[in-house]
Amino acid sequence: MAQVKAPPLREFPSPQALLPGAMEKSRPYVASEKIQSAIGFAGELAEGWEQRAIGHMGTLLGKYRSLKVFMDSCVHCGACADKCHYFIGTQDPKNMPVARQDLMRSVYRRYFTLPGKLFPKLVGARDLTRDVLDEWYTYFNQCSECRRCSVFCPYGIDTAEVTMAAKEILDFVGYGQKYTNEIIGKVHRIGNNLGLPGPALADTLTGLEEDVKEETGVDVRFPLDEAGAEVLLVTPSADFFAEPHVDSLIGYAKVFHAAGIRWTLSSKASEAGNFGLFIGNYDQLRTIALRIREAALELGVKRIVVGECGHAWRVAYSFWNTLVGIGAGGRDPFALQLQRQLDPNVRQPTHICEFTWDLIQRGALKFDKDANDHRVVTFHDSCNVARGSGMGDLPGGQFEIPRAIIRAVANRYVDMASETTREKTFCCGGGGGLLTDELLDLRVKGALPRMEALRAVADRHGVNFMATICAICKAQFTKVLPYYGFKMNQVGGVHQLVSTAIRLNAH
Amino acid sequence: MSAASVFFALLFYAAAAVLLAGIALRVADYARTPAPLKIPTTPAPRTRGGVALRLAREVVFFESLFKGSVWTWIFGWLFHASLLLVLVRHLRYFTEPVWSWVVLVQPLGILVAFGMAIGLAGLLARRILVERIRYISVPSDYLMLALLLAIAGSGLAMKYVFRTDIVAVKAFFLGLLRFDWQPLPADPMLYIHLALVAALMIVFPFSKLLHVPGLFFSPSRNQADDPREARHLAPWAADLERGR
Repeated sequence: MAQVKAPPLREFPSPQALLPGAMEKSRPYVASEKIQSAIGFAGELAEGWEQRAIGHMGTLLGKYRSLKVFMDSCVHCGACADKCHYFIGTQDPKNMPVARQDLMRSVYRRYFTLPGKLFPKLVGARDLTRDVLDEWYTYFNQCSECRRCSVFCPYGIDTAEVTMAAKEILDFVGYGQKYTNEIIGKVHRIGNNLGLPGPALADTLTGLEEDVKEETGVDVRFPLDEAGAEVLLVTPSADFFAEPHVDSLIGYAKVFHAAGIRWTLSSKASEAGNFGLFIGNYDQLRTIALRIREAALELGVKRIVVGECGHAWRVAYSFWNTLVGIGAGGRDPFALQLQRQLDPNVRQPTHICEFTWDLIQRGALKFDKDANDHRVVTFHDSCNVARGSGMGDLPGGQFEIPRAIIRAVANRYVDMASETTREKTFCCGGGGGLLTDELLDLRVKGALPRMEALRAVADRHGVNFMATICAICKAQFTKVLPYYGFKMNQVGGVHQLVSTAIRLNAH
Repeated sequence: MSAASVFFALLFYAAAAVLLAGIALRVADYARTPAPLKIPTTPAPRTRGGVALRLAREVVFFESLFKGSVWTWIFGWLFHASLLLVLVRHLRYFTEPVWSWVVLVQPLGILVAFGMAIGLAGLLARRILVERIRYISVPSDYLMLALLLAIAGSGLAMKYVFRTDIVAVKAFFLGLLRFDWQPLPADPMLYIHLALVAALMIVFPFSKLLHVPGLFFSPSRNQADDPREARHLAPWAADLERGR
């Protein structure tokens, strides 16, 4: 991977020629037997995997309406074909969403439909061979599950659902991906994706208190496991020490401080991320989310707030109520147990941006906007927030609220081109469990459309800071910005901007 | 009664049975399969009423396709809208007296037959000329377009060149509906047209034409975005919860 190079920026993004096979060598490391079995998957591909894979596909088709309907409905219209950032960046036709889906649809047709059983060639059906399985591994690991294609599909076919099903089948037969599955093991064993144990977390937080004191002269607290706090903050573990993530954590702490709200982190729920989503495994999704429920019950908090993390917010907003009863409307004892404790007058869970914006609207926070004047800010909508979640009262709140916060704390803000923002936003190129070094070539190429949009506002308006609310986006851009001639510190969190401008002396 | 008349009578009973039973079974299967997680493509409506509007916009205007590809939208929408009017116009061969709103559509009838053909030709041209779409096309994609083009073509041919005794054709289909079989005019172009239509009906429940019921069952389009307000639990997920 020494010769990873960014593709040239296109002045007028337009359809490109296909380069078949361009990315056929791009594959992440396969999970070891130990990693696989630690989270309950088959250790390795063994005799009879074909039948097991088809059998599991049948199980998933019976459990997920999305998969069944999406397998049947595609008409190959091609509306999605040029919408994937990985296709745009690599020109490999198998990175067209429809072609990626067809890797599975061809197998579905062969084993689950009459025409595929009778006339496989006619309908593009094929046997599940080792070559086909390898192709699945290669190309389903080039999908970041960002859902951009689903915006344009006339039937709403979401390639992310297909990719998740494929990864679930691959895991089931013992052909898992190392990066994601190793991290899931770490969450279970240690409590967070980065493998940061409780005592180290406590040290880190003490260090942050000292840093903030030194910088501002104010005692801003970073409490851990404090029972009776009003708010439990669940945030991606990258926020504890990765740059620029930690600056947003400092921002959250300052918001709580300035508003005089008692809050706490939890060593048990020291991770908002839930990589169970990436592998489409309901059990993993649920088991990982259960930690949050348990921590909330143990600490007796009234409110659960989620930090800046894209896929975590999708899981929290869209799935927590289903998975572990964090939310309203449940009438079963399991859901009621938590509802009795949590404040029914606020939405559970709450995004940190909803939380901060609410305080701003009530006049509870004051800012020196000029403190951000060295920055010309733009906002990168993270895919899971944009297309898999919501914020506030109205559809689209997930676009308006972060921008409203930025405008409240900074004077200079510019949006990127409309075909690259909001529901049409481009993935950073590192989501969905692909944020691993051996996929760097893919990640750099996948960032192309976002980098083109950023270059345009950088040249035209002098934009020098791209704010985002996702730990993966931050890590990915920090790594790939330099390939496109930007500086790595030109990406950061929305609460990093809040942190810069907020007045701490209110209380 | 000629052998051909009997053949077509039986063929249309069989085709109608396959079409209706095939779609009913498929729809029942979709309806029975749970959607365990809330996955609307957001921003999405927060209420059921909003969802009905969203689906209506997809069905009537092909909203998402319009965002995705204007050329495909032009040809695709033209084809589907024309096909709808063509189908409505054909209702006159199955109703006596002809419903008044069907009579109203009549003047558009021939115009939309050309609309259908132009739409299909445009879609076929895209499939052949655009490299990306050529890459994803399989033989059945071309065959489906060819089948529909042949249906439109044979229909137009009957109108302008090989005219048939349309009154007798109507008597034949009314006879089928009333189980009182009547002879079908012995015109090759009519045979071709009817055989192709029957083929389309039979293929429908086994092919990508399932996109028609599929859209209504697509979780990314038919779910309300209210996961924090209402607990959404699939039966198998509830079992999992009780088991722990």
